[in-house]
Amino acid sequence: MEIPNINKNKITEVLEKDKRLDGRKLFDYRDIEIETGISKNAEGSARVRIGKTEVIVGVKMDVQEPYPDHEDEGTLITGMEFSPISGERYESGPPKIDAIEVARVVDRGIRESKFIDFKKLCIKEGEKVWSVLIDIYAINDDGNILDASALASVAALMVAKMPEYDEKTEKVKFGEFTKDSVPLTENIPFTMTFHKIKNKLFIDPNRDEEDTSEGRVTLAITKPKKEYIINAMQKGDMALFSIDELEQVVKETEKLYDKMFNELNKKIEKLMKK
Amino acid sequence: MSYTKRLDGRKADELRPIKAEVGIIPNADGSALFAFGETVAIAAVYGPKPLHPQHMQDPERGIIRCVYNMLPFSVTERARPGPSRRSKEISMITENALSGVVELKRFPGTVIDVEIMILQANASTRCAGINAAAMALAHAGIVMKEMVSSVSIGKIDDKIVTDITKAEEDYEEGEGATDIPFTISSNTHAITHLQLDGKIQTERLKEAYDAALKASKKILDYQTRALKGEKIDENK
Repeated sequence: MEIPNINKNKITEVLEKDKRLDGRKLFDYRDIEIETGISKNAEGSARVRIGKTEVIVGVKMDVQEPYPDHEDEGTLITGMEFSPISGERYESGPPKIDAIEVARVVDRGIRESKFIDFKKLCIKEGEKVWSVLIDIYAINDDGNILDASALASVAALMVAKMPEYDEKTEKVKFGEFTKDSVPLTENIPFTMTFHKIKNKLFIDPNRDEEDTSEGRVTLAITKPKKEYIINAMQKGDMALFSIDELEQVVKETEKLYDKMFNELNKKIEKLMKK
Repeated sequence: MSYTKRLDGRKADELRPIKAEVGIIPNADGSALFAFGETVAIAAVYGPKPLHPQHMQDPERGIIRCVYNMLPFSVTERARPGPSRRSKEISMITENALSGVVELKRFPGTVIDVEIMILQANASTRCAGINAAAMALAHAGIVMKEMVSSVSIGKIDDKIVTDITKAEEDYEEGEGATDIPFTISSNTHAITHLQLDGKIQTERLKEAYDAALKASKKILDYQTRALKGEKIDENK
């Protein structure tokens, strides 16, 4: 989707002075709001707003056969849709590549960080395991749907409760929840996307900034002990990144992690107690 | 025990035997084969040609449209034919890996179709595909600012290794396996494609890039020799 060149030029011009049209600094997020329990039939659900961008995520559980190469582990399936509700640029129909990419990058951050304890989702090795199904919907796309989707997915998992499982009939009693949380670890992934226009790096673009962006790189990061660990990374769009730029991205990611992660995590933990 | 000796006996920075050749598909405007050992990719380029439907055209620049297709018989357990979420994503990252180095402003309103097929897979298929596609673009005479070369760097346990295999991807001991495919441009050494699956300490990313840069220079040499007409096959 095209925005007028005059807007693009203006965005580029102010970025060159390390500024943004909405007054933010290069590495400032817009205000982030997290809400959980937005759909009571879901095992877990969350809404995340980053500025005017809004995403909702639902977690459902089901019992399935394990994958043949991981017979004692639960499975994870992540889907995403940019429905026409979220902006006039979107059409209905099966998910297109932009949505597929969001789902796959979110999935990888969660999977590779080992945030979900898949071994604890095994019911009967080789036969029955729990499957975690994450569905992400963009409700209002004002840029940076990816970071919002990742954060909402983590929040929805953290508040999710396991459904009842009848061992005799080997069926899930959908709609009846236990008090047990979905088995998670301390490795909570924090996903951030850096954008690039000319040689300026910045985060959390709004719609016009995202349309002007020439390249991006997303990182999912955890800090299990004292070290920062990158669990997933994905470069997007055409612009090239030098190794110096990539190193700047990594450095800023570490800073942002320290600045924001605890605060966001506290917000979610408060919601878990509700 | 740490991963000191590679499963297939290669040195840490050693590529698998390379195959590289251009002109393998006479009907195409440009074509190439690139293989890392048992991972074999072919690519064909058709275009630039007028883009239809017309409303998709960009009056300022051409576009690259890429299809990555992993053939059903290329893997041990048959892959379902046709596009998957994985193949769509790889098609897109391949488009991005190539678009940044092609002089697309010279071809406004057009499309360059890049078709990639994986004939045999043993990891690093996207990298082999990108290498073949870059060669096919050059072979088609499409103006490029730089060439690109792609390689998968792995962190297996705590060791950085070049051009990883499926067996290495599946390594579970110690820190396990991290797969970091890089595509690097030939002159400015910029990153045109980068992904990562697994876990790596932030301070070790530069080490992975350095390994990728070193490998990309070797791969560039194979690509260049093939483009000059040599049929490279190190399996022989």
